[in-house]
Amino acid sequence: MMNKFTLYGLTLAFGILGPILFPAYMSQFTVLWLMVVFSLTWDIMGGQMGYNSLGNIFFFGIGMYVCAMVQVGLYYDLAAYAAHSGAVKVNFTPEQYFTGLALGTITAAIVAALLAVVFGWIVFGLRGPYFAIGTLGVAIAAGELMGAWDLVGGGGGMSLPGFPGDSDGTAFFYVLMFALAISTFLFLKWLYASRFSLAINAIRDDEEKAEGMGIQTKRYKTVAWSISAFFLGISGALFGNMTGFIEPLEVAFPTVTFGIFMVLMALLGGKGTLWGPIIGAILFHVIKEVTWTYLLGWQWVALGVLIVVNVVFFQQGIVGWMQDKWPEKFGIEVDTQLGANDEQQTEAVK
Amino acid sequence: MTDMIEVSGVSKSYGGVVANHDVSMKVPEGKITGLIGPNGSGKTTLFNSIVGYHPIDSGSIKFEGQEISDLRVQEIARLGMLRTFQQTRIYSKMNCVQNMLISVPHRNASFADMFKKYPPEVTERAEHLLDFVGLYSKRKLISGNLSFGQQKLLEFAMALMNEPKVLLLDEPTAGINPTLINGLIDRLKRANTEFGITLFVIEHNMRVVMNLADNVYCLAHGEMLAHGTPDEIQNDQSVIDAYLGAH
Repeated sequence: MMNKFTLYGLTLAFGILGPILFPAYMSQFTVLWLMVVFSLTWDIMGGQMGYNSLGNIFFFGIGMYVCAMVQVGLYYDLAAYAAHSGAVKVNFTPEQYFTGLALGTITAAIVAALLAVVFGWIVFGLRGPYFAIGTLGVAIAAGELMGAWDLVGGGGGMSLPGFPGDSDGTAFFYVLMFALAISTFLFLKWLYASRFSLAINAIRDDEEKAEGMGIQTKRYKTVAWSISAFFLGISGALFGNMTGFIEPLEVAFPTVTFGIFMVLMALLGGKGTLWGPIIGAILFHVIKEVTWTYLLGWQWVALGVLIVVNVVFFQQGIVGWMQDKWPEKFGIEVDTQLGANDEQQTEAVK
Repeated sequence: MTDMIEVSGVSKSYGGVVANHDVSMKVPEGKITGLIGPNGSGKTTLFNSIVGYHPIDSGSIKFEGQEISDLRVQEIARLGMLRTFQQTRIYSKMNCVQNMLISVPHRNASFADMFKKYPPEVTERAEHLLDFVGLYSKRKLISGNLSFGQQKLLEFAMALMNEPKVLLLDEPTAGINPTLINGLIDRLKRANTEFGITLFVIEHNMRVVMNLADNVYCLAHGEMLAHGTPDEIQNDQSVIDAYLGAH
């Protein structure tokens, strides 16, 4: 794409100038980058590999809880802390706060990635719609289980250590989330340039053939999901701290909102492409916020209409549509001699 | 001369339908072996059993002396035994070169190899093989947009890219126009002589199989009916009866 650097420039400028020019919308911008992470990580499996997971939100929630447990558990008795549901004011020194946050985020990422290996071992036996439902089941079950676990506050949730100093940490978490989105993008850009992308594309196009050719399909699938889980774990850790209070159903494992949004954003932008999920996430978030503000009461209807239009008339998404329209801009060659037929072929083979 | 594949006493049934009963056969190294038989005689079932698509009920299948009947498809493929499909199967949303690149042998692929790029000589080899089957000018096209015959050639090139020791071809000429068939027979023979790949071919087209194979097996009703040189098979009364439906 010739306007690649323009795109990078615009994204960076928007990421840096956006919150400076409109400080009131800083949390909205943070959520926007979270959405970008959501759709980029969903697309690894759903777009590039053809495995439509409805349960990726599981890793977001796990990351959130693991980070919280590490942050609190490092300095306090977790059970006693959670039992008060944050009613008792505990004071974390800035040093404790940032050490806990750093260690918690790293642990969250690792635990999420490991859990992807474990659950991959179970659900990768499922194909197509069964895989989608199976993963959804994992996410819903995780939410219910967390709600029954008193150590982490059960259904009542738990509050997280407050951000040290006078600030509420909005700008701090904005920077982290923006950095996470950029890192995820750069990592995937690197990943998709390696043979990994061809292998998972092959699995998407014909998994049985890929097996027949000796590709270690299970290895690729497991690694692909672990990568998703790794970045989702970090995003959960950051979002939990930004919110300051976590509970299982609405914040950590919101399967019907965030869990479905990640699928919709990737579809809207164009699944299986690098930029599609990003464009989809930005557009989706803007539409969502605008309808929530100006069409209150009708916002879910508006969202539903968007989904229907997207799925019925626009299945390939924005970038997919652009690729069909201007293939040469994307480095895709199309046979100019229509009816590339066997007669020509016969000539070539003779 | 050693045997690449040795099938002995293999039986396979689907519920009450006996697809293969006590089938024994050998595929000698470096040769082209044909497998013929009327529709529903169990040829593809035998193929699937050999490459590990389903477990067999009884019997033994050996590849280079190693028992493989309990291995899975990927493991057998990585040993160096590959099959192509009757309904051509390629990665239809990727271009031809990408189809070729991902078909490199995965025998010794380590964990770190997943994240590497392809060295230029691999791309060169991919393009060379595409040239070999006559698809060089189409190499950048999305493979799903190629004609059926071209997709068959691509699938064949992908198999060669994988550097197999044995290649099992399920009706390589089905659905290809007659002129192209001659080119394909020529390519198959050259794969055998130039690349040293042992071939095992299911084929309905008698002209093709008689022209191609060094020796031919004939299946009928799930049982091995006859074995011999193409000439012997052509003149075997039981084979003729099986095809014409004599009782």
